[in-house]
Amino acid sequence: MEIIKTDVAIVGAGGAGLRAAIALAETNPKLRIALISKVYPMRSHTCAAEGGAAGVIKSDDSLDLHFGDTVGGGDWLCDQNAVEYFINEAPKELLQLEHWGCPWSREPDGSVAVRPFGGMKIKRTWFAADKSGFHILHTLFQTSLKYPSIQRFDEYYATDLLVDDGRCQGLAALEIRSGEMKQFQAKAVIIAAGGAGKMFPFTTNGAIKTGDGMALAYRAGVPLKDMEFVQYHPTGLPNNGILLTEGCRGEGGILVNKDGRRYLQDYGMGPETPVGQPVLKTMELGPRDRLSQSFWHEQKKGNTVSTPWGDCVLLDMRHLGEKKINERLPLVRDLCISYLGMDPVKEPIPIRPVVHYCMGGIHTDIKAATPVPGLFAAGECACVSINGANRLGSNSLTELLVFGRRAALSAIEHLQSGLPASKDAALSAQAKASEDRIRALFDRSAGAETVAGLRKEMMHTMEENAGIYRTGEELQRACEKIAELRQRYANLALTDKSKVFNTDLMQALELGSMLDCAETVAVGARDRQESRGAHQRLDFTARDDQNFLKHTLAYHHPKEPPRIEYLDVVITKSQPGVRDYSGAKK
Amino acid sequence: MSEERQIQLEVLRYNPETDSQPRFQTYTVPCVNEWVVLDALNYVKENLDPTLSYRWSCHMAVCGSCGYMINGEPKLGCKAFIHEYGDHIRVEPLAHFPIERDLVTVVEDFIAKLASVKPYLIPKEDKPISAGEFKQTPAELMKFKQYTLCINCMLCYAACPQYGLVPEFLGPAAISMAHRYNQDSRDGGRDQRQEVVASDEGVWECSFVGACSEVCPKHVDPAGALQQVKVASTIDWYKEHLMPWVKK
Repeated sequence: MEIIKTDVAIVGAGGAGLRAAIALAETNPKLRIALISKVYPMRSHTCAAEGGAAGVIKSDDSLDLHFGDTVGGGDWLCDQNAVEYFINEAPKELLQLEHWGCPWSREPDGSVAVRPFGGMKIKRTWFAADKSGFHILHTLFQTSLKYPSIQRFDEYYATDLLVDDGRCQGLAALEIRSGEMKQFQAKAVIIAAGGAGKMFPFTTNGAIKTGDGMALAYRAGVPLKDMEFVQYHPTGLPNNGILLTEGCRGEGGILVNKDGRRYLQDYGMGPETPVGQPVLKTMELGPRDRLSQSFWHEQKKGNTVSTPWGDCVLLDMRHLGEKKINERLPLVRDLCISYLGMDPVKEPIPIRPVVHYCMGGIHTDIKAATPVPGLFAAGECACVSINGANRLGSNSLTELLVFGRRAALSAIEHLQSGLPASKDAALSAQAKASEDRIRALFDRSAGAETVAGLRKEMMHTMEENAGIYRTGEELQRACEKIAELRQRYANLALTDKSKVFNTDLMQALELGSMLDCAETVAVGARDRQESRGAHQRLDFTARDDQNFLKHTLAYHHPKEPPRIEYLDVVITKSQPGVRDYSGAKK
Repeated sequence: MSEERQIQLEVLRYNPETDSQPRFQTYTVPCVNEWVVLDALNYVKENLDPTLSYRWSCHMAVCGSCGYMINGEPKLGCKAFIHEYGDHIRVEPLAHFPIERDLVTVVEDFIAKLASVKPYLIPKEDKPISAGEFKQTPAELMKFKQYTLCINCMLCYAACPQYGLVPEFLGPAAISMAHRYNQDSRDGGRDQRQEVVASDEGVWECSFVGACSEVCPKHVDPAGALQQVKVASTIDWYKEHLMPWVKK
């Protein structure tokens, strides 16, 4: 097996991975950097983020307000020291992107424009029309081309981390083109491989969002944190889950039920605000968890509109007018027309909540370091934790930048800490074990199980039992079913036995990652007997700070369900309080 | 809207380990009319033939992974609607790129060309982050915004007859990206990019057929960009050779 020696290996080349790579290259041009991704960088799912990135820049805003919005939005499950670091670094990172050429939308005087977003008290979301993630990703990718020390390994799939002597020292990866395994020996590894929304059938996430980075760390002994918190975005196209940005509501779009009522006022987010004059942090600019939960109640009451794709409510943007829609929401208009055959300029658009984001992920401290020395993580795959029980829209794009860079700086500190020499034989043995694991998939003769079949059962299980509202009984069922699927997965055989660009193999590996992640979601949710943020239990309807102002830590076991431990939330200056999104508040 | 209909999906297959040359394989796929061709491919992968290989991810025309030739035209699989086609749809890998396997092409040539034009901001003036943003008016942004929309899907390379004939040609997307940065009010790197863009393999190879702009799913209009680059490069030439006393 070919051995590739490098200083820092990064798994994932989306926003966080690219930002980390650039920070490494800028800080020390002599470092050898291996940027490893299962897709070409510009295919990464950062490209699909629409609305924008939050960072305090305007004179009417303050770091304290961004802090308060984020911590309250997260239902006090955020680590407040992490949030503090995040909001402080945010403006610098967004300005840095501006200096790298990101085409942020502008005010008439040439300064960067900001737009309102859900759960934010002040307009602080930087945006590039409604293609913010796309522009951030391409700006980072193109900027990364400046640095010869960033060596890309495009279309390599990381299969296992190499952990020896208590330190992470590299990884094994499959070169997809050739089907050959490679051993990357690295002094530090940064995982920046995105979320796992594809555990669910109805999601805004692209096909590649299969939790590979999470599973990679998890299998190497790093706990996954707060995985039960899965964000539903309130406004997805009903037929395929395509995201319509929160910017739709930030610009003034309203949500109505079948009777034309702005139903959010019936769920603690009223009183009604004037149409076309959105008021921050109330009604349509409430947080995502509350909006998605309101949909569920409307559906139970029979107030939704039935469509060929299921029950919906309506997102009405007609009053914004064609000019504003074209200027601020061109992609949204294009997506509605292309994929639904409906024009938001002319008609209300049926929408429903859709799985969007994993608040949970690889457990890291505020320096983006995992408990395994030499292993760092950033972006959606990580849980640092700034998002708590519910992420506010436009914090995640900023998070990629802030903690992508932070992971790079931490990796450099690790490199400078005087590491002992690595033992080649031990690392090679681990890489060989990884190769053997892949080979077993080829050698096994076809049985009853297929990738598509197991995947369908997993998705169905998650949607039925681990959705917007949950019960202990359903979650127990999910735990049992996912455990069963994990066992059956052990008997999976490939149909495609060829080496070159074998996507049957890729999907099998991705399914393994998703099953690992799904089990942590189900078990974490079952054991969290309270309702907080995006985790709502019909059998435990109140938030329980006495017992659950804690992070869930799930530890991997090769055959058994994960072992669960809890970790106190870091509270510095904001004691848990009431999340008030009523317009009547002071 | 949700009517079903059967289509014959004819897909180019090629496995370098077992096939001496590409062949076609036809699948019968029950399609919902609102589907896109990518949905039909996914149906095949999930239900009929797990060995079919193709790239895709976002399913919303922004990641640029799923460019294929669909009935002979370069299209994104996720934006080619079944209802716009008859009952027989042929899917092949993007033209002008070597085939890796099935619908997967080798794209290194494009990536190298994109990198060669220095597609990043080369600032006109040094400015620390602490000094805040570069001011840029909406009008200045509009001068280049269209060219920022390229998703690197490479449909324009598959459509470009010149790229088919002269593989060294930098091609539409790379030149448009150079133009994007040249037009950015914050940038001062045009001279550096011109070395590549105005070379023999650069903009002068373009025969201005305009096919690139016709197939661009994001309306970037690379042909328009190339035309502007040609005009600007011609002016450069005149200034340099006929009016050497005038600074560029």
